[in-house]
Amino acid sequence: MGRRTTTVVAAGLVVTLLLAGAVSYFASDAPDGLNKVAIERGFDGTEQEHDLADSPFAGYETRGVEGSFWTGSMAGIAGVGVCFLVAGGMAYLVRRRGSEQRSRTHSSSSGEPASR
Amino acid sequence: MHVPDGFLDAPTSAATAAVSVVVVASCVRGARRELDERTAPMAGLVAAFIFAVQMLNFPVAAGTSGHLLGGTLAAILVGPYTGALCVAVVLAVQALLFADGGLTALGTNVLLMAVTTVVAGYAVFVLLSRVLPRTRGSIVGASFVAALVSVPVSSLAFVGLYAFGGAADIPLDTLAGAMVGVHVVIGIGEALITAATVSSVLAVRPDLVRGARGLLPAAALAPASTVSTTGRAAS
Repeated sequence: MGRRTTTVVAAGLVVTLLLAGAVSYFASDAPDGLNKVAIERGFDGTEQEHDLADSPFAGYETRGVEGSFWTGSMAGIAGVGVCFLVAGGMAYLVRRRGSEQRSRTHSSSSGEPASR
Repeated sequence: MHVPDGFLDAPTSAATAAVSVVVVASCVRGARRELDERTAPMAGLVAAFIFAVQMLNFPVAAGTSGHLLGGTLAAILVGPYTGALCVAVVLAVQALLFADGGLTALGTNVLLMAVTTVVAGYAVFVLLSRVLPRTRGSIVGASFVAALVSVPVSSLAFVGLYAFGGAADIPLDTLAGAMVGVHVVIGIGEALITAATVSSVLAVRPDLVRGARGLLPAAALAPASTVSTTGRAAS
């Protein structure tokens, strides 16, 4: 990626980290649409406890700092990092390579289907 | 709208898991055509951004909240196949690290929030952006409507799955009415966030909005510094 795209991605990550690490503190704790409907229609009781409910970041809280601003902040920052690395890494692995891209450009400009 | 374990029975959860594996695999193949050296890091950013904004539950009614699903936004920014993969990554991370969304329900959640929102939202976006004038405002407007539609459609897909394998005996018409009612309101939030984000990226780097390609004048989409180094014609 070019230098300017690097700048865009870096700036986007800063915004994203602020949202997950700070703005999330002000998010609503009310049940979401599905959970609210489940409660009102009486099928919330079928919900089973999550198998990983004891994991370090379960429920977007960081074990050891429960009850403070940092519990959600650290969980959010961790999640942003993991999502960026997993999705970005996957995209990097499946992307078109440079040479392939040039050959595709040539074939499409000559009207041939660029099939793979 | 993260479905926990227990809402759907085991056969339905197994079926959605199997279907989601097939769909995700075909998305990997489709994403190859959408991704190059320049856009691959954008996929990481889109996934991270959707994770972050999904943490931001906003109130929609007394005692009820909603959050971005993100499928429409992802599809418009990085393409439908890559977009669905980005949301699927977010859902897997949420289920495995944050105990949000059941493990047996992961396939269900991928189908509802990664696949249904992308298919519905991107279809509406493509249809609208073809009939509207080719301006930035049209792209933002199409993003708004597409995102708005995608959320109730996804909630109806849940009702469809519940009809097959719901754990409780709930009248489907009242379930559908309740789900669509609250998710239309959540959809307005989805639409505002999606339109604001697409508008922001269009203002800074229109060439990084994949859904805008071919809709805006080439000069607006291709900064001089990137034209010579990337084979844009391939996409």
